[in-house]
Amino acid sequence: MKISEYSPRDWKSHPPYVFEGYGSSIKRGPLKKLVPIKQTLSEITGPLFSEIKLAPGENDLTRDAETGKEAMGERIIVVGKVIDEDEKPIANTLIEIWQANAAGRYHHPVDQHNAPLDPNFTGAGRCATNEKGEYRYLTIKPGAYPWLNHPNAWRPAHIHLSIFGPSFATRLVTQFFFPGDPLLPMDPIFNSIPTKSGGRRLMASYAHDVTEPEYALGYRFDIVLRGRKATPFAKPR
Amino acid sequence: MKKQTPSQTVGPFYAIALTNRTMNVLVNASTQGQHIRIEGRVFDGDGQPIPDVMVEIWQANAYGRYNHPEDKQEKPFDGAFTGWGRSGSDENCFYSFETIKPGAVPGAGDTAQAPHCNVTVFARGMLVHAYTRLYFAGDPANESDPVLNSIKNKARRATLIANREQQAGKTVYHFDIRLQGKDETVFFDV
Repeated sequence: MKISEYSPRDWKSHPPYVFEGYGSSIKRGPLKKLVPIKQTLSEITGPLFSEIKLAPGENDLTRDAETGKEAMGERIIVVGKVIDEDEKPIANTLIEIWQANAAGRYHHPVDQHNAPLDPNFTGAGRCATNEKGEYRYLTIKPGAYPWLNHPNAWRPAHIHLSIFGPSFATRLVTQFFFPGDPLLPMDPIFNSIPTKSGGRRLMASYAHDVTEPEYALGYRFDIVLRGRKATPFAKPR
Repeated sequence: MKKQTPSQTVGPFYAIALTNRTMNVLVNASTQGQHIRIEGRVFDGDGQPIPDVMVEIWQANAYGRYNHPEDKQEKPFDGAFTGWGRSGSDENCFYSFETIKPGAVPGAGDTAQAPHCNVTVFARGMLVHAYTRLYFAGDPANESDPVLNSIKNKARRATLIANREQQAGKTVYHFDIRLQGKDETVFFDV
């Protein structure tokens, strides 16, 4: 069966499975060489979620969806587009979002950081791209928080994103960061990216054109998923 | 040409957004095919089961057709089956899915692939998700599966075979995933 393959994962962009500075990766990253696979229907298809109906408010983390009460912290508007390596927009793809609150605490029982929880902030949301691959959601700027990776370790402020794209091969979970964060150079998770340019691609940029007067600051974060492999001009005979 | 956005770990707190809904039941009463349960644990390099792991599966329907526009095979479509599921791990570190055994799908060239589920593994400590496959013990098509046969170290092929068990009248396929160690599961460079 003839299929159109996806380009390979770019290992100059993605971190290695084991990165020494990130303690949890040492026992959890596969060590044996990955086995190459010739892509088939199994890899070029994937869940599309075309029937998922997002509820109103799922893309607004700044207030409790039921009570309408507002979360504490600095409101931000996050926009961006999801494209592939050939800059083709990825339309109608699901984006799942999660993050800490303004004080740097997750609404999760495992998070025991001694910072206040915000009853009006779950830190979870969903949105989808439109026909042009564009997305937009509202949230609260997350705080930095401590973790136990090394002495006096702090994660820089970040927002987690989970994206599917059109296939099993395009699946991506990532997180983005905010410009000028002094914690970035000390963060092993950010530093696990093997190239400086790769790290820059996880930085949101301040977007004054998105900022709304008297309301919230705007940030832009574009996401690039794997594209299709180039089609050879001529097949060898 | 744009460069790919780098992957990052799901971290320890993904459950607030990714597993806060039930997503590991792929079937309802009208889903066609043999209804099965898939379950297992994911082990770290110390042989300890991982409590904060997330597993996703993607599979064809009982006839071997994916619910996706690029699957143009003339096989029946099952409107009661999307083929996708996601599971966190329970208090005993087990992930699980209620699903069906998929049909065979075509492979590269003129080959046929044995029935399989495509599996992705995410966890705190995993900077990139890992791709693997689950095949079904006892299926004669496993012998000629082109992907299994492409694994040069024959002993490692067994890491992709889920064992069949009967539990209270239900067929359960048990599939443990080992991220490291002597029996490290085969992971693919998809």
